Amino acid sequence: MRSSTFRRSRRSRRLVAYAATAALATSLLAACSSDDEGGSAGDGKITLNVGTFGVLGLKQAGLYDEYEKSHPNITIKENVIERNDAYYPKLLTQLQSGAGVNDVAAIEVSNITEVVQTQGAKFEDLGKAEGVEKSTYLDWKWEQATTEDGKTIGLGVDIGPTALCYRKDLFEKAGLPTDREKLAKEWAGDWDKYVALGKKYMEKAPKGTKFVDSASSVYNAVFAGATERYYDKSGKEIYEDSQGRKDAWDAAMKVAQGDMSAKLKQFDPTWDQGFANAKFATVACPAWMAGYIQEKTGPEGKGQWDMAKAPADGNWGGTFLGVPSAGKHKKEATELAVWLTQPEQLAKVFAKQASFPSTPSAYDTLKPSAATKAYFNDAPITEIFAEIAKNTPSAVYGIKDAQIGQSITDIGVLQVEQQGKSPDEGWEAAQKEIKDVLGQ
Amino acid sequence: MSDTAEYAETASPGKGDAAPAATGSKTSRTPSPWRSRLYRWDIKASPYVFVAPFFLFFGAFGLFPLLYTGWASLHRLELTNLDDSTWLGLDNYTNLLQSDYFWNALGNTFTIGVISTVPQLAIALGIAHLLNYKLRGSTLWRVAMLAPYATSVASASLVFTLLFAWDGGMVNWLIGSVGIDPVNWRESSWGSQFAVSSIVIWRWTGYNALIYLAAMQAVPHDLYESAALDGASRWQQFRHVTIPMLRPTILFTVVVSTIGATQLFGEPLLFGGTAGSKGGADHQFQTLGLYLYDQGWINGHLGRASAVAWLMLVILLLIAAVNMLIARRLRKDR
Repeated sequence: MRSSTFRRSRRSRRLVAYAATAALATSLLAACSSDDEGGSAGDGKITLNVGTFGVLGLKQAGLYDEYEKSHPNITIKENVIERNDAYYPKLLTQLQSGAGVNDVAAIEVSNITEVVQTQGAKFEDLGKAEGVEKSTYLDWKWEQATTEDGKTIGLGVDIGPTALCYRKDLFEKAGLPTDREKLAKEWAGDWDKYVALGKKYMEKAPKGTKFVDSASSVYNAVFAGATERYYDKSGKEIYEDSQGRKDAWDAAMKVAQGDMSAKLKQFDPTWDQGFANAKFATVACPAWMAGYIQEKTGPEGKGQWDMAKAPADGNWGGTFLGVPSAGKHKKEATELAVWLTQPEQLAKVFAKQASFPSTPSAYDTLKPSAATKAYFNDAPITEIFAEIAKNTPSAVYGIKDAQIGQSITDIGVLQVEQQGKSPDEGWEAAQKEIKDVLGQ
Repeated sequence: MSDTAEYAETASPGKGDAAPAATGSKTSRTPSPWRSRLYRWDIKASPYVFVAPFFLFFGAFGLFPLLYTGWASLHRLELTNLDDSTWLGLDNYTNLLQSDYFWNALGNTFTIGVISTVPQLAIALGIAHLLNYKLRGSTLWRVAMLAPYATSVASASLVFTLLFAWDGGMVNWLIGSVGIDPVNWRESSWGSQFAVSSIVIWRWTGYNALIYLAAMQAVPHDLYESAALDGASRWQQFRHVTIPMLRPTILFTVVVSTIGATQLFGEPLLFGGTAGSKGGADHQFQTLGLYLYDQGWINGHLGRASAVAWLMLVILLLIAAVNMLIARRLRKDR
């Protein structure tokens, strides 16, 4: 008797084991495919995923909450990846496989040409979407996201009109003028004048501070105003002889060799600390940087930071919103993307985050929040950025702009600034890196 | 018949009371031939069924990627267009072997591997030896040893990045207090490699120490007693009793650490901060893992990245072969 129960229990145990194995296998396989459900439940409620990098400001401005309130069947989930150099490869992978794509995806301006040229077929044509008026957006912003056959795959969110932000308190201690108009006039039209002011600053620099955060910051600011960038109109690389590149490089070299920079690497934790500890007096200030400065310098910086027009007008950075065709809810996603990029909404993002809208019709109504204005010592933020945006020269973007720029700042400039190499050595290293990037 | 007898035996692992009961059932009814065939089949097949899931998953997530990577390494394959590939033959490999960046990465991987693995295992051995003594609160110490290992690479690397910051970092502050000039840890070539190694050492020493400790506790106590009777000091006991007894364990940790060092990725990537995949402005701490990532995901050349992956595999196989030779030598020596 005992033996038979023993045997039965043994067999049943084995059965349980088989069942468990099978269940494990199927559940694992099911887990692999559960991506497909995309959050749609039986009650008609859907979840829209918005993929972004860094702080885009849409969420911070309360736009998602507002949209969810007027569309009770929709829940919005923002998937943020801190940095674009990690976000962008992921976006490409998702587009290639068609799996796990966000319903709405942000695209950085330095990647937009590559996306337009190689991924155009994988996005919805937002130019034809209901409620989209081409005339609402800046012409050049619209063109950047439009394929050769006239398909617009991304709607402009923000642009990066670039001013200079400076610490009034440090300028004062170094015996420099602190009035924004006076400063702007002093260096107007010529980055060399800005560098000359840097020399003056360094003569009486408050202890432990430098004139600028990094040489790369100067490189990016000067390059932002370049008409000739890394590519010509036909898409050929011209970074070696490009005037814009040369000017930016030369300015960065002067700063690096003049020992005027705090030698911080932008977007590193130590750079953030540099803001908090007031280690530098100026930083290139595209509109989106204004929000960053407030966040990283913290309450102590209130009223200490000010903002002046840079020697030349330019655009550094900016974002688009696209709707990948592989998404589960293309119709709803398109509606959301269109709504988010309307002038009224972008004006709200500006108020909260100072990210500057790519829709000029909003410019008259733009008001920074009282906090932002006070933070920058009541600088006329809107007027400064709007004027720069209007005067920004139209620029040709190329397919590997992001990687070429990164090679120049993170290899070339940094070798001179931090490793003490000569500008020639730095440029040679950058060129070698670019060749590797382009697969030459 | 022998089947059932065997069954009875296996059914009662070491239990004397089940055996007579089983023989009782044997006399009461004989199983049908169909049953016994089914049973034999069961014995033979079920182990395979049990191990099958592993092999299925290995096929899907191990073997297939390996083969696909091999295929990709022979093509020009770009991240921006995976549907379009052109046959290149061995071009990716010859390009790599001519690339300064590849050799630089290989060299860095080797030097960082050595300066992280050797001290790490030496310290681990020492710590394990100390922990092997009777200590008050020994469990606490042992758990504490494992704490760094339980910390994520990301948070550990972030903390170390701040410690090694050249301006305002704690390390420079410390060496500054004894009058040494601050070092730009990230941008100097030996400094950055030392900093990356220190993260690896910090994270893995305790883990290895616990493995050594486990092995030490299996060393028969009488060996120490007789050594002590012969007048051996503690250091002599360590050298002449502990180390020889631990040889297989040490070899194991060497193999595992070498594999880990060859694949080193997270620590240097995060230590590098923005654009960490470059491994510093002069690629001074770019490891093979970082180089692979940079080629594939930053530059978008998946074909080339796949070739790097395969070369890494070849290197690991070479290392394994060398390890095996050394192991055999050690065994002969004994």
